[in-house]
Amino acid sequence: MTQRVGVIRFPGTNCEFDTIDAIRWLGGEAEILWHSDASVKNVDAIVIPGGFAHGDYLRCGAIARFSPVMEAVADFAQSGGPVLGICNGFQVLTEAGLLPGALQKNAGMKFLCSMQQIEFVSTQNVVGKGSAIGDHLQIPINHFEGNYVCSPEVLSRLEMQEQIVFRYTDNPNGSTKDIAGVCNEAGNVVGMMPHPERATSSLLGSNDGAVIIQSFLSA
Amino acid sequence: MFEVKIEVSPRDGIANPEGSTIERALPALGFEMARSVRVGKLIRLEVEAESAAAAQSLVEDMCNRFLTNPVIEDALVDVLET
Repeated sequence: MTQRVGVIRFPGTNCEFDTIDAIRWLGGEAEILWHSDASVKNVDAIVIPGGFAHGDYLRCGAIARFSPVMEAVADFAQSGGPVLGICNGFQVLTEAGLLPGALQKNAGMKFLCSMQQIEFVSTQNVVGKGSAIGDHLQIPINHFEGNYVCSPEVLSRLEMQEQIVFRYTDNPNGSTKDIAGVCNEAGNVVGMMPHPERATSSLLGSNDGAVIIQSFLSA
Repeated sequence: MFEVKIEVSPRDGIANPEGSTIERALPALGFEMARSVRVGKLIRLEVEAESAAAAQSLVEDMCNRFLTNPVIEDALVDVLET
């Protein structure tokens, strides 16, 4: 089945075309959803891509979460629809309360742009199909605010309920417990700081993001 | 009309990378005595309300819903009459 994926664009989003290209390259269909539309137009899955929604003013994702489309995204997520937030999209999902925790500035205060090895910690979610726990992937990161934080109670809940999806094997940003991606309790909403859409061909330095997007397309 | 100052600070127990970086930089200028640097932000705004208490409660609502992220930040609201 070909999934129709809605890719949300806020003012300041800049990874929407990379994401659409990657989805089409891997056999899916994709269309842009504008942030001020209050509907997600019957798509089968939603990606919130990377960028700097609303200039990242106040906090990353803090203004984007009140865009009209986000209410439709919340309803979609609530009804079990697959949602993937990448980088800034992950920040938007935490601000919206669709994922636990928050992302703050990298330890060391450096903007990081590098290839990073991550490890699958849980596959009981919309990006884990076709992968096994412990699988290592080479996926690039590109962020200043990727340092995942949450309360100790939330952390133990995440660990108990297998909601930690990815860990860095060599923590680049000070993230709590090396967390690179998490999911909600049901596993249908996933947020990750690394960019799988930028790793869908060996021409781009890695093809390891393909398994993530393919899993998402078949969710 | 009330003038309001909101001091947003990182929650206790939450690492503060900006503060840590500044703390590491201060000794280079001879300020080895500086400790516990934490960086937050100051938001100033004016609000129309019936009373200072009403202004306080409105701004606290703004903080909870939008101006701060309670996962990582605390807010101290200071209402001044103008």
